[in-house]
Amino acid sequence: MNEPAIELRGLRKSYGPLEAVRGIDLRVERGEVFALLGPNGAGKTTTVEILEGHRRRTAGDVSVLGHDPGRNERALKERVGIVLQQTGVDEYLTVREVVEMVAGYYPRPRDIDEVLDLTGMADQASQRVKKLSGGQKRRVDLAVALAGDPELLFLDEPTTGFDPSARRQAWETLRGLARLGKTIFLTTHFMDEAQALADRLAVIANGTIVASGSADELIGAVNATTRIRFRLPEAVELPDTFGARREVSAWEIETDEPTRTLHELTEWALGAPAELIDLEVSRRSLEDVYLELTAAVAEA
Amino acid sequence: MSGLRLTLRQIGYENRAFWRNPAAAFFTFAFPLLFMAIFNVLFGERAAGFFTPAIIVFGVVTATYTNLAMMVTIARDAGVLKRIRGTPLPAWIYLGGKIGHSVAIAFLLVVIVAAFGTLAYGVDVPWGGLPAMLLVLVVAAATFSALGLAVSGLIPNADAAPAVVNATILPVLFISNVFVQMEAAPRWLDTVSHLLPVRHFADAMMELYASGAAAGVPWTELGVIALWGVIGVVGALRFFSWEPRG
Repeated sequence: MNEPAIELRGLRKSYGPLEAVRGIDLRVERGEVFALLGPNGAGKTTTVEILEGHRRRTAGDVSVLGHDPGRNERALKERVGIVLQQTGVDEYLTVREVVEMVAGYYPRPRDIDEVLDLTGMADQASQRVKKLSGGQKRRVDLAVALAGDPELLFLDEPTTGFDPSARRQAWETLRGLARLGKTIFLTTHFMDEAQALADRLAVIANGTIVASGSADELIGAVNATTRIRFRLPEAVELPDTFGARREVSAWEIETDEPTRTLHELTEWALGAPAELIDLEVSRRSLEDVYLELTAAVAEA
Repeated sequence: MSGLRLTLRQIGYENRAFWRNPAAAFFTFAFPLLFMAIFNVLFGERAAGFFTPAIIVFGVVTATYTNLAMMVTIARDAGVLKRIRGTPLPAWIYLGGKIGHSVAIAFLLVVIVAAFGTLAYGVDVPWGGLPAMLLVLVVAAATFSALGLAVSGLIPNADAAPAVVNATILPVLFISNVFVQMEAAPRWLDTVSHLLPVRHFADAMMELYASGAAAGVPWTELGVIALWGVIGVVGALRFFSWEPRG
C-alpha cells in the first residue's frame, strides 16, 4: 500500500490566544520510525495528542492510517498503540492482569507472554503495578500499548527520566518492534535518541517544523560539516590561514573540505615540525545542528 | 467480545482491584454497621425499625455517589481514564464497569445491613414489600451513580475530591430523614429536602420497611429520584472529563 501511515497538512492548534502549533506538514511512511524532536514547549505533545485523538485541532488535515483521529473511531483505535507521557494503569492489578485486560479490548491481540517478553516484564508478571519502580511502570505502559498488536505506535517521550542503561534497553525494545514492521512515531528532546532510533526525523521549534529528513541529511544540510581537533606542543603556534578556533588547550577547525584541510594541516605540521597531538576528525553531531536550528528560531 | 460480556469482564477487574485494598473494603462495610451500633445505643432497639432502612439509604448513597465520585476523580488525575480513552474500549463500557461494581457493592451492603438489623435488633424483614423495595433500590443506585459521575467533573483535582464529595452529600443526608427525623424541622427546610433525591429515597424505604406490601409502589418518590437520575446523566455528559487536571 502506498498510503502513508500519517499525513498532516497545515495543522494548527491554538489554546486561546496562544498558538502552540502553527501550520505543520508531515508525512510518515508505513514501517518507518519517525521522531519529532524539539525542546520542551515546542508543540511536540500537542501534535502527537492530536494524532492520537486526545486533542482537537484548530485547523488542517490529519490522516492516521486513512482515518481522521478527531472522530474517535473504534476502527482506528484497534490499530494504534499509545504510550502517553504519564503512566496510567490500575495499581492494584498485576502486570499480567493489566495486559490481559487491555488485550481483551482488541479484535486480534498479541500473545500476552510475547508482550511481556518483548517489554522485559516477564519476571514481574505476577507483581502488582503498585510495587514496581518508575522505569518498570513505563515498561508496563509500553506493554499495554502493544497488547492489541498495533500497526502504529505513538510514544510521547518514552525514555524521559530513565537512567542510561534503561534507555539503551528501551531503544533495543523499540528497534525490535521496528524490525517487526511496526510504524513508530515518537517524540523526544534527546538528539541521541532520535539519531539512534529514527529513520527520519523532524525538528520542531515554536510550533513549526524547522528541518526534516534523515539524521545524515540534517547534518549534511549545514555547511562546514567536519570538525578537526588537535593539540600542539608548547610554544608552537598555528598560522591564521587555517581559520582555527582556540579552545583552552586544543585547536578546532570546521571545514566542508576535510581532505584538503587535512592535507594542508599535516603538510604544515611535518614542515614545522610539530606533532598534532590527539588528532581527531569527526562529523558534526546532530546535537550541534539541532541547537543551531532551535536557537535560530528562539532568536527570531 | 459483546458489550455485555466486556462490561461483566470490567466489573470483574474492578472487583479484583477493590478487594486488594482490604482496608478500604473493610471500612466500606464496617462504617454503616458502626453507625447502626451507635444509633442502637443512643435510641434503643425500639428505633431499629427506623434506623435500619436509614442506614440502608446511607450505605447505598456512599457506595455509589461518594465512592464513584472519588474513584473516578482519582483515576482521572492518575491518567487512567485517558489511557483507556486511547484503546478501542467504548467509554460507556468502562464507566459501566465502574457503576456496575459500585451497585453490586451497594446491594451487598443492603443485604448485610438488613440482616444485621434483623439478627441483632429483631427488625422484621418486610417480605411483602420486597419487589417494590428492589425497584426503589435499583432506581436510587442508578441515580446516585450518575450524580457521582457528574460531580466528579466538577472536582478540580484528586486532592479536593473528599472535601467536595462530603460537602455535597453530608448536609443532604442530615436534612433527609436519614440521621435526624425531620418532624421538628421548619417548613422551608422540609421543602428544600423534598426537592432533593435522598429524602424521597429514605421516605420510600422507611414506608416499605414499616408497612411492607400495604405501602404499595411509591411512585411519587420513584419519580423524583428518577428525575434526579436524568439530571445526573445530563450533568455527567456535560461535565465529565477524561483528561487529568490540576
